[in-house]
Amino acid sequence: MVALSSNLLYFAFILYLVATLFFGGSIKSKKDTAGSGPNKWANIAIFITIAGFVAQLGYFITRWIASGHAPVSNLFEFTTFFGMALVGAFIVIYFIYKTPLLGLFTMPVAILVIAYAAMFPKDISPLIPALQSDWLHIHVTTAAVGEAILAVSFAAGLIYLVKVVDQTKASKHTFWLEVVMFALMCTIGFVAVSSSFSLANYESKFTYIDKNGQEDVIEYNLPAVVGPHEGKLQTAAKFEPLAETPAIINAKKLNTVLWSLVSGLALYWLVRLILRKRISASLQPFVKNINLDLVDEISYRSVLIGFPVFTLGALIFAMIWAQIAWTRFWGWDPKEVWALITWLFYAAFLHLRMSKGWHGEKSAWLAVIGFVIIMFNLVAVNLVIAGLHSYAG
Amino acid sequence: MNDVKCECGHVNPHGTVLCESCGKVLEEKEESKKLLDMRYEGSARRSQTYNKTIVDKIWNFFSSVKVGVILIVVTLIASSLGTILPQEMYIPQMTTPAEYYEDQYGWFGKLYYELDFNNLYSSWWYLLLIASIGVSLVICSLDRVIPLYRALKNQRVERHEGFMKRQRLYGVSEQPGEEAMSRLEQNLKAKKYHIRKKNGSILAEKNRFSRWGPYVNHIGLIIFLIGAMLRFVPGMYVDELLWIREGETKAIPGTDGQYYLKNNKFIFQKYDKKKDNEVFGAALDRAGMVAKNYQSNVTLYEKKGDTVAGESLNLKKLKEAKIRVNQPLKIDKFAIYQVDYKLDELSKMHLALQNKDTGEEIGTIKVNLYNPETKYDLKNGYFVELKSYFPDFEFDENSNPTTKSKVPNNPAFVFKMVTPEKPDGEVSFVAIRQTIEVDGNNSYKMAFKGVETKNVAALTIRKDLTLWILGFGGLIFMIGVIQGAYWNHRRLWVKIVDGKAVTAGHTNKNWYGFKRELEGVFEGTGMESPAEQLESGKKG
Repeated sequence: MVALSSNLLYFAFILYLVATLFFGGSIKSKKDTAGSGPNKWANIAIFITIAGFVAQLGYFITRWIASGHAPVSNLFEFTTFFGMALVGAFIVIYFIYKTPLLGLFTMPVAILVIAYAAMFPKDISPLIPALQSDWLHIHVTTAAVGEAILAVSFAAGLIYLVKVVDQTKASKHTFWLEVVMFALMCTIGFVAVSSSFSLANYESKFTYIDKNGQEDVIEYNLPAVVGPHEGKLQTAAKFEPLAETPAIINAKKLNTVLWSLVSGLALYWLVRLILRKRISASLQPFVKNINLDLVDEISYRSVLIGFPVFTLGALIFAMIWAQIAWTRFWGWDPKEVWALITWLFYAAFLHLRMSKGWHGEKSAWLAVIGFVIIMFNLVAVNLVIAGLHSYAG
Repeated sequence: MNDVKCECGHVNPHGTVLCESCGKVLEEKEESKKLLDMRYEGSARRSQTYNKTIVDKIWNFFSSVKVGVILIVVTLIASSLGTILPQEMYIPQMTTPAEYYEDQYGWFGKLYYELDFNNLYSSWWYLLLIASIGVSLVICSLDRVIPLYRALKNQRVERHEGFMKRQRLYGVSEQPGEEAMSRLEQNLKAKKYHIRKKNGSILAEKNRFSRWGPYVNHIGLIIFLIGAMLRFVPGMYVDELLWIREGETKAIPGTDGQYYLKNNKFIFQKYDKKKDNEVFGAALDRAGMVAKNYQSNVTLYEKKGDTVAGESLNLKKLKEAKIRVNQPLKIDKFAIYQVDYKLDELSKMHLALQNKDTGEEIGTIKVNLYNPETKYDLKNGYFVELKSYFPDFEFDENSNPTTKSKVPNNPAFVFKMVTPEKPDGEVSFVAIRQTIEVDGNNSYKMAFKGVETKNVAALTIRKDLTLWILGFGGLIFMIGVIQGAYWNHRRLWVKIVDGKAVTAGHTNKNWYGFKRELEGVFEGTGMESPAEQLESGKKG
């Protein structure tokens, strides 16, 4: 059952990749006259997407059966589910607006999310007492679905920006849009570097002095560019760190971040060398036929649909469960606070939409920032800021 | 202030921009605009009309959506500051916060502590921000909802041409025949529009209720905030911690001695690779120990009648229960939660009175470490007196023995051993792995024989009478937010003027969907669907 489950996930991942190519093809295809709806390529693309979604649903169900609990209990499972929810949200919105271009932007994000998830330990872990509740799947899945719908607004916002930002001259708009592209490259870089070294079974052990002055052991799976505080390499013939970190910094995580940034930078420059222009500039031909108003509306509509779902899952269900498991519905745990921040942000977004001048480009930037906040809550709050939700692997 | 009478005869309140009834533009500065600002239907909002007294000024400040958004954004940034370092409630207990922050995080920690960011969410300024958002919610809503309600209630079928011409969707078609009009009507009805007719003109409208969504959700939020404030009313909220040992019966704090709880057994279970689902094997190998269950088996009692001091309690057993994480015990308005535990706390110590020379043991005493006796009789003229007891022993700064707490973490005793040989008794200080004799040549000693231990459970007792108010507020919020987000208010006007059909459409959001719907509605009527007048909306 477990093997079947992982194979289904792998299969879904491949299908998503293929579907993205077809979405790309449907945009490039000359047969598509603007505004006349999806062409043959797009129909194939959405069919493959749905097939992938069904495969991933199969992964989810079989893993649920194998473990006896909803597979949303650690970072791998949650992030994978988030990716699936993103694909699901996209499929629904695709059938409302019939825009293959949205697939070309949403599917890569979903693929990156799932690839990122795969970098965490994939073992089926037993539930600690605090997680043994039906609210686990009620709260976590609703919150993830809400976030996924909100993430579709990011994809739509990105399309808007790629189309509307003037690429003929450098400006702060082109700069920040490239920063978004760079962040995506860093994710690819992280996945590529982690997978390669894990395939090579890279492992180096250090003894070091932790912040309480105790000696401890830490194991790196990437070559240590920065070593731990007073670290001594224990594994023979491995890379010696170039620098050492102070005791309060988690050297291993910093090392991973550095690797992601460096590999992201390398990838980014490689792509720019090949394209000979900004990444967002080279994406422009794909979006030239899209109606800006429509994309703006998709972005706004996704927030409108996602906001109530997010509120229900990430705040209301969360509070109900917190009252049952932790005796209080709200405790200012970092994850709770960042859910509140996300909620406040989208509340501000919805209010700003009422004012003039906040449609279109500004609104698209807000959709991008919203996604950054969601990702921050998913990645940084679990891995960097310790709290009750840190059941990361 | 004077009301404004429109040429259609309707009397509008002072400050109205668009006549509530016919939609004619009443404010001159709006005349020049190509498209009307349709927010709040151009109704007379207090904040846009009066600005004289201090009340007006406060009202106008808080009624601004811009101010509301700024408050939200400031709260958002403030909230994020509190997550940079852990809040004080999450740092280890038994540490001094001032020292902890500096020790752990250096100068930044010190600054964080000095700025009071360690208790950010209960700081006066954070609460002030939340309160301001609350005020903003009330005033913003009142400022808009009443005029909006008036405007939508008073709207008439035939709108002023200036109103229609300045709608985002607008068109003129040749006068349709009877049949075309009735076809249009049927199409609209099929799409669930409500239709009002006058002199051949049509007002088709649907989902007006979605306009109230924002106000409904704001009411929900206000109820929620009120509920959160009620927490501070005495009697609404109880938060107590009860440490209870196996075998102990204690009054449940916060219940005024009405309920008693006996801890029969505390159970701690770990996942076992052999017994539990084998798919967990790899994860267990990686993580080592993973907790499976924390559980207190308890008996709940209720006190009967009034107890006079000295009289024994009259307790009536209510029920046996298993308190586990995620499964609190509920009684009345109280919930009792499993929150912490301590395994194998020392409960009894076995000591033998032993002749130091011969090693002969006279007898063994069992000292109850929670409540020791003062004298232990070993028959035949042998007895042991407990002169002093230090449950959590340490030496103070003057090297005198003292106790850190009442918990028997490190028990120490001063015994007086009375034997037929030494009828005056010999004094011995006994601690774990340590014996000190006062004069150094005792002939007897207290030899350590063993311990008995018990588990201790920590239970949180919670009463929160605000929960149902918070839940109700949350429910209202959800209803309102869904009402506003999942439906939109759509209107179509068709007016017959000089043998032409003038059409105009408006929706409060989701124009794309509205336009598509109108195209369907006008199909086969011979009339054109009203066209987009907004420049950016024309393409595609």
